[in-house]
Amino acid sequence: MDYNVTRRSLLGLAGAGASAILLGACGNDEPGDGKQTINWWHIQNNDPMLGVWAAMAKDFQATHANVNITIQPLENEAFKAKLTTATQAGSPPDLFQSWGGGGLKQQVDAGLVKDITNDVKPWADTLLPASVQPFTIDGRIYGVPFDVGMVGFWYNKELFAKAGITAAPATWADLLVVVSKLKAAGITPIALAGKEKWPAHFYWSYLSMRVGGLSALQQAASERNFDKPDFITASQRFKELIDLQPFQKGFLGAAYGSPDGQAGVMGNGNAAMELMGQWAPAVQEAQSTSKKGLGDKLGFFPFPAVAGGKGSLSEVFGGGNGFSVGKNAPASTTEFLKHLLTAENQRKATDTGAVLPTVKAAADAIKDVNAKTVASTLAAATGFQLYLDQAYPPALGAQVNDSVAELVAGSKSPEQIVKDITSVAKSQ
Amino acid sequence: MNRVSSPVATRKRGHRPTLRGAGTIAVFLAPALVLFVLLVLLPILVAGYTSLFKWNGFGVPENFVGIDNFTRAFGDSVFLGDLTRLLLLVVLSVVIQLPFSLALAMLLNQPLRGRAVYRVIFFAPYVLSEVTTAVLFTLVFSPDRGLGEQIAAVFGAEGVAVFADPATVIYALFFVVSWKYFGFHMVLYLAGRQSIPRELGEAAITDGASAWQTFRHVTLPLLGPTIRISVFLSIIGSIQLFDMVWVLTGGGPIHASETLAVTMFSYGFRRFEVGYASAISIIMFLLSLIFAIFYQRFVMRRDLEGAITTRGVQR
Repeated sequence: MDYNVTRRSLLGLAGAGASAILLGACGNDEPGDGKQTINWWHIQNNDPMLGVWAAMAKDFQATHANVNITIQPLENEAFKAKLTTATQAGSPPDLFQSWGGGGLKQQVDAGLVKDITNDVKPWADTLLPASVQPFTIDGRIYGVPFDVGMVGFWYNKELFAKAGITAAPATWADLLVVVSKLKAAGITPIALAGKEKWPAHFYWSYLSMRVGGLSALQQAASERNFDKPDFITASQRFKELIDLQPFQKGFLGAAYGSPDGQAGVMGNGNAAMELMGQWAPAVQEAQSTSKKGLGDKLGFFPFPAVAGGKGSLSEVFGGGNGFSVGKNAPASTTEFLKHLLTAENQRKATDTGAVLPTVKAAADAIKDVNAKTVASTLAAATGFQLYLDQAYPPALGAQVNDSVAELVAGSKSPEQIVKDITSVAKSQ
Repeated sequence: MNRVSSPVATRKRGHRPTLRGAGTIAVFLAPALVLFVLLVLLPILVAGYTSLFKWNGFGVPENFVGIDNFTRAFGDSVFLGDLTRLLLLVVLSVVIQLPFSLALAMLLNQPLRGRAVYRVIFFAPYVLSEVTTAVLFTLVFSPDRGLGEQIAAVFGAEGVAVFADPATVIYALFFVVSWKYFGFHMVLYLAGRQSIPRELGEAAITDGASAWQTFRHVTLPLLGPTIRISVFLSIIGSIQLFDMVWVLTGGGPIHASETLAVTMFSYGFRRFEVGYASAISIIMFLLSLIFAIFYQRFVMRRDLEGAITTRGVQR
């Protein structure tokens, strides 16, 4: 801890010094006199959102003659690489993609991101509270989400019917029965991308939430200790599922978004369900042989409850996309951010089907049945947990993924993985 | 620099180097030197520096931890596993891949119908990039629908998902590496074989040597330099193996196909433990450097006479 404080304060000083110099140099960024340029990096580098963002920026410039918005659409991985270099050089863009959580916290600690609490507070209640949470650090807001979603089970109704399953499982025990029934009917119960690790971490995270409750995950992270009965129980519950061998052949080598990966297996109707975020139907479509996915046959049910668990069914696990404001951004940046998140503009974004809105009033623009279920579950959520590999510092998040992968492959026991995760948590 | 009695100049040319001559040298040397310093030396020094810190890559490294990152590496089961897998890959290459390439080269040195075609076919995989190769074999070994599965089905067997099994993945990886590089080594050997004067083989046969004896006592010794350089390239390649593994398996399942470079990458760019990743990269660098020096000094000594290792020996 000691070192964290010194590093933060020193970097803060360095950051403040650098921004003073930069602000001094860029006098024209100050409000009032002349043009302001907003340098905007987003990762919606394909239509429909590419065009939607461009149109919104144009609208804003039409009413704000002194603002010039330079848009830089980047591919996801390219964005991460470019942002890393830009932030290391101490010059982040003015407005940029962020997922919140531990990654954002690192940037905040390094003094690269602006605290926009005062600008955002007046209109923050138009947003779903769950969606803002990943961008709130120590009570201060460092970003605003434009898209939010959650993880749940996507299932193939036809295959469920074929195995004689009439109701979606409501408890973990029910789920295990469903898996056995599907296996008995010769159907692969679950598609899993073992190569990519993060899809498996959804199971472990959700089970931990259901067994120990939301607070258990937050407490474990702050105490740096996962070696507790709740996490061991959660790992054991997951092991029960793994021991039924519910996954498709060769799942340990399977990718997520490829024709023979998790999404392809689901989209082609070769497995009955997958635990995935709100984007699942779109990726199933893209990776299926027919390019149509499952269509009407696809259903959604929330992650089941665990008997005797402290968590509630209405606590959700997910994440979203948002924008953070760089430390040197001109004053009009937050105004532009507000413009992007008006109900009208959120409806436009939602209309594309690529975004689940964070502005409550825009929920009426959702058309797809499953997306509506996701959105209403989210809106009714009593608690929200960001993906662990984003919520926690990157090293801890990666260790959760690695350890869960070892549990899935059967090379480590439930007791061992919580010890491994704890030892990395302690080293942070 | 331009001292009158510069030994190099007197030996080489026998006349005095002028100030202008030194200037010319500087002008021609500068671009390469600047690039070398900026792109090779400086990054090594920076990595060496950051490897002494616990640093997440943001801002300036401040938390000095000495050699902790290095001691950590030698207690890290993944890193130690990388070293074991490296050794396994090297042994497999030297014992299987290179002899296979050599045998093929000898075969294609025979007057064979259409041997030019064979040579091209065998060399072709080398032209593909590692990423392309990896994607190709992901498709071939795709469970349920890959070519491997189809072929297994013909024989009534059920194909195994070789990349999904921690026990087989490293051998599957070796197979793909070999598939890509055997043609390259074959061409090296072929070139080496063709530079051996025909008379030597003929003389051996005249003396009553069998085909095997000719190969064992004439061809093989004369191929020595080629074999040594081919082993050298193969080992350095194994140390640095990254692209193919990253695309093919990502190092998994459960680190069973992870290499040093993959471990370094995932610590540096996934976990943002840049200090530790730097330490791993420094170890990789030292490993390559020490190996290269010793190999050249002791194994390739005769091949390199007068070039790198034995300074000042003039022919």
